[in-house]
Amino acid sequence: MPQQLVRPSPAQTRPGDPAVEGTGPVPTASGPAPDVSPASPGTPGTGRRAPGRAAGVGRAALPRLAAASRRLGRAPGLVLAGLVLGVVVLWAVVPGAFSSWPPDTGVPTDRLQPPSAAHWFGTDSLGRDLYSRVVHGAATSLAATAVAVGVGLVAGSLLGLLAGSLRGWVDDAIMRVMDVLLAIPSLLLSLALITVLGFGTVNIAIAVGVASVANFARIMRAEALRVGTAVYVEAARSAGVRWHTILLRHVLPNAAGPVLALSALEFGMAVLSISSLSFLGFGAPPPSAEWGSLVAGGRDYLVAAWWLVTLPGVVIAAVVLATNRLSHAFANPERNRT
Amino acid sequence: MIRFIGRRLLQGAFVLWAAYTVSFFILYLLPGDAVSIMASGDEQNAVDPALVARLRSEYGLDRPLPEQYLIALVKALQLDFGISIKNGVSATAAVAEVLPETIKLAAAGFALAVILGSALAIGAAFSRNRWLRQAFAALPPLGIAVPTFWIGLLLLQFFSFRFRLFPAIGNDGVASLVLPALTLAIPTAAVIAQLLSRSLHRTLGEPYIEQIRAKGASDALIHFGHALRNAAIPTLTMLGILVGNLLAGAVVSETVFSRAGIGRLTVTAVNSRDIPVVQTLVVLAAAIFVLTSLLVDLIYPLVDPRINTARRVSV
Amino acid sequence: MTGTQPLLKVEDLRVSYRVNGETTEAVHGASFEVHAGEVVAIVGESGSGKTTTAHAIINLLPANASTDAGSVVFAGADLAKLTRKEWQGVRGKEIGLIPQDPTAALDPLQRVGVQVAEALTIHRLEPRKVARQSAVRLLAESGIPDPETRARQFPHQFSGGMRQRVLIATALAASPRLVIADEPTSALDVTVQRQILDNISALTAERGTAVLLITHDLGVAADRADRIIVMRSGDIVEHGPVANVLGNPQHAYTRQLIAAAPGLNPRRLRPAVAGGVSTDVPGALSDPAGLPRAAAAAAEPLVVATDLLKLFHLPRTAKGPKTLTAVNNVSLQIGRRETLALVGESGSGKSTVARLLLRLDRPTSGSVHFDGVDLAAARGEQLRQLRRRFQVVFQSPYASLDPRFSVADSVGEPLRAFGEGTTADRRARVASLLEAVHLPATYGARQPVELSGGQRQRVAIARALALRPDLVVLDEAVSALDVSVQAQILALLAELQAKDGLSYLFISHDLAVVQQISDRVAVMRGGELLEEGPAGVVLERPAHEYTRELIAAVPGRGRQG
Repeated sequence: MPQQLVRPSPAQTRPGDPAVEGTGPVPTASGPAPDVSPASPGTPGTGRRAPGRAAGVGRAALPRLAAASRRLGRAPGLVLAGLVLGVVVLWAVVPGAFSSWPPDTGVPTDRLQPPSAAHWFGTDSLGRDLYSRVVHGAATSLAATAVAVGVGLVAGSLLGLLAGSLRGWVDDAIMRVMDVLLAIPSLLLSLALITVLGFGTVNIAIAVGVASVANFARIMRAEALRVGTAVYVEAARSAGVRWHTILLRHVLPNAAGPVLALSALEFGMAVLSISSLSFLGFGAPPPSAEWGSLVAGGRDYLVAAWWLVTLPGVVIAAVVLATNRLSHAFANPERNRT
Repeated sequence: MIRFIGRRLLQGAFVLWAAYTVSFFILYLLPGDAVSIMASGDEQNAVDPALVARLRSEYGLDRPLPEQYLIALVKALQLDFGISIKNGVSATAAVAEVLPETIKLAAAGFALAVILGSALAIGAAFSRNRWLRQAFAALPPLGIAVPTFWIGLLLLQFFSFRFRLFPAIGNDGVASLVLPALTLAIPTAAVIAQLLSRSLHRTLGEPYIEQIRAKGASDALIHFGHALRNAAIPTLTMLGILVGNLLAGAVVSETVFSRAGIGRLTVTAVNSRDIPVVQTLVVLAAAIFVLTSLLVDLIYPLVDPRINTARRVSV
Repeated sequence: MTGTQPLLKVEDLRVSYRVNGETTEAVHGASFEVHAGEVVAIVGESGSGKTTTAHAIINLLPANASTDAGSVVFAGADLAKLTRKEWQGVRGKEIGLIPQDPTAALDPLQRVGVQVAEALTIHRLEPRKVARQSAVRLLAESGIPDPETRARQFPHQFSGGMRQRVLIATALAASPRLVIADEPTSALDVTVQRQILDNISALTAERGTAVLLITHDLGVAADRADRIIVMRSGDIVEHGPVANVLGNPQHAYTRQLIAAAPGLNPRRLRPAVAGGVSTDVPGALSDPAGLPRAAAAAAEPLVVATDLLKLFHLPRTAKGPKTLTAVNNVSLQIGRRETLALVGESGSGKSTVARLLLRLDRPTSGSVHFDGVDLAAARGEQLRQLRRRFQVVFQSPYASLDPRFSVADSVGEPLRAFGEGTTADRRARVASLLEAVHLPATYGARQPVELSGGQRQRVAIARALALRPDLVVLDEAVSALDVSVQAQILALLAELQAKDGLSYLFISHDLAVVQQISDRVAVMRGGELLEEGPAGVVLERPAHEYTRELIAAVPGRGRQG
């Protein structure tokens, strides 16, 4: 379900708000070509450009970079979110650099140790280092999530783009099916798919991805419709620009923002769904260390070893929180445009 | 009005049919031979070959696909979704047996979620203390980000094992309902809080709110007399999906607290690849969605006059 | 002024906004007075701080704005010292507010009568039941027919003009001593605008209520106010009785505003084409009717539209399918090098006609011939080639440029679409187009967000000219712009027409603007063409009642010459 973070910050002004009257590029009326006043450099230019165009980048790149870093400085949450995701991705790529303990072989004498300087997250019932297992599990968890989001993004965007740009009966047919998919809770839909696909990390990833197709399709369709009826597309059409050029140069780039924001959001949701499914026991069999199965493994030691359940859960929550924050950042500049 | 309800019922019937067809497609057509999947079962429980044979002939699974689908659809219309591989009773009966337990849990969870969620949203929008407001605003994103099963396990750890306030497992009495319902409620409450506070934030920026303020209205009148009602409308439209999510949450909550219910049933059915039961559950979820949406459609004109009259005047 | 104490005394008011951590002052020390029963207009363009000043007075500034200095004294009391609670007693009861956009200013979920009555019940002036009856009386006074029934209806059942009447009734309900009217008619059609302003004038005069009228339209201020305050970029540049400000403006900006206000300058713009550089000042060169040109154009018209009919199918309702006749039996011709103005209020079908002529929509019946070619028959590549010859400029300068395209990309887009020349050729052409619309060549690299509304409209015009078309359709192309910018764009259009021999279809709701640019005028209402003829004839001796009404509604007419 499309959830977005809402952070009503009192300092933010909506664009187009009468409040910003007098701060935007205000035409002054004097001189030979009077409304050609130098636009203020502080204009909230979003700094995003369509790829492949270099003209003019050089001129404005530096002040934009500076402005971007200033904005980041005002959003410590966003910086933190980026840090969390950066670390987790590094865990997945080079786990050995973060933990010297082996993830799958334990020291039986060290079993069920609470968190300490040696074992940051403590040890499990076989004496394995929990932190090391979380670090090594990152690759499985993130890969599965990436597969899930990839499936949803590609299939959903294609369907949404077809529906939104062809319209007519194609639109009706595709969107009715998407409505039905939305009527079934996504976890249940994933479970139904797992029933026939079988268990295992790849299968749950595909199942989670298919369950998110409808969300992507809806956003993409809405964007294709919004951009497709925008005045600038109308202007391009009346200037004789061909439809495929319009699709490629106007619709896709302008739809990318919201779809990207949804991708980040769905990434977080997919982390949750995949960990839930592997918690329920449909993921890879032991001794594989997916985050959800790590939490599941701690269930039997709730009383004796609180850390076994708590700490992997904290990691999952931190990752989801970070991607949601990122999604919010993607979505925001979109709202600043009309 | 009757015409309108009739049309919505027809649309609901279409969604149910489509949900059935989609689930049939996924569960029976996608794998090629559904019966052999069921026969593989899980490791512990071997499936009775006689039962498989009965299923195959009784449900025409040896016939051509279009015929299979038609036979199955006719049976489904009579609420017959096949026989549970696991214990040989009809899938409908297997679901019906545990459904009341889940309804209890979901109702309690939903009530809690609405109360918690609204309180958070209202607190975030209306409290004048800056710290309090930020605390209220920070909670929903957190609630959405934490895994449901993890909430359940933490609650279990604190309230059952450490303080022994509530039983850890089972279906006995109200006390056993508290923790599972809370587990179910927290993510939904977070979603409600987020939807409602976003909507409140937007509503409070509407020109008519300023106009009411210009009449000299107090904050209380603005908030509770005008803003809240306007802001509730978008949340109301999400009700169908929220209730569906509650059902998905029940899968996790019932597993963590070892409660009987359709959530647990789902997990065991998927585990033993009990396709008839899984399909029944999918169609049930769609039916609940359709019913909730119908309910929302009926409540909507009471809350928003634009819907009712717009339909009568017909632009 | 007289010796009596002013009702409202604003002194050295400074207001600033915080946006992204940076503070910008929007009002730099405004001082003025409003006396009891007086109408004072604050006139200014966007960004002048006029609305901010009004909101600061009634303490309804947005959360990111703050009053930094100055005092606001109302009826002898310093408003800055009021507590939250005391403010609630002042707003509505002592100072009323009529808002800018009536469409969004009423709670959609409450009955209209209740919302009017609320202004009385909040201040405990009347018990609920009595207030409901008073609301009906107030609605009747504001000119709402059948007020008993209407009071029980919801806002969505009211038109924009009717909603504004409801808001006037609300603002005056508690008989405040001052009413702030913040651009009360800018969102309404011109004929409605006049009725609403008449209504405000009559009701406030009757009650002796003072009015602070905020407007961008010098014509409106000239018609309605006793005194005028001219603001620019947060400063009050001129201040005085109407006759003085208009008759003997002291500040250059005021003179410029008066020169730019179309309602005060009913003359056809004729550019001096001297080496392609415009030396045009509105009104500097003018001839009465533009007759010689009309004669030349009569030879062979560029566009001939015959019996256009356009039906839209509305969503099926209980009473069966329904259609809307957007354009009904409209025939027009546009001559070469001529400007035809198509005038009408919202819903008149003028924009639909434009879309039919541009072949963005197809007529249900009737035909459009462009230079002898039937547009309805053209399709595919043939149509695309035809499109080179007619181009369009839309109303909103903000929506008509792709936010991801640089200015050069936008202007060059039609060239690229037709594969005109090499990349270098196109670059040179874009540069010359930017020069033609008086934008510096360096603007090519800019993004739309970095441009002001007027600059964006120049870019849209440059794009429309890229393929050297014969016809440019200007669909409300200057309506969204400030008057001084509007005057510059109109001058630019007149200059380009003379230089490149363009034909214009100029679509507008604003007769004042129309009379500055058109050779011929066609008036539409409800999808039908009411009247068509040379501009001089239609505007001076209108044949149709509705045209007379439109002309009478132009603000500032009383002050011409």
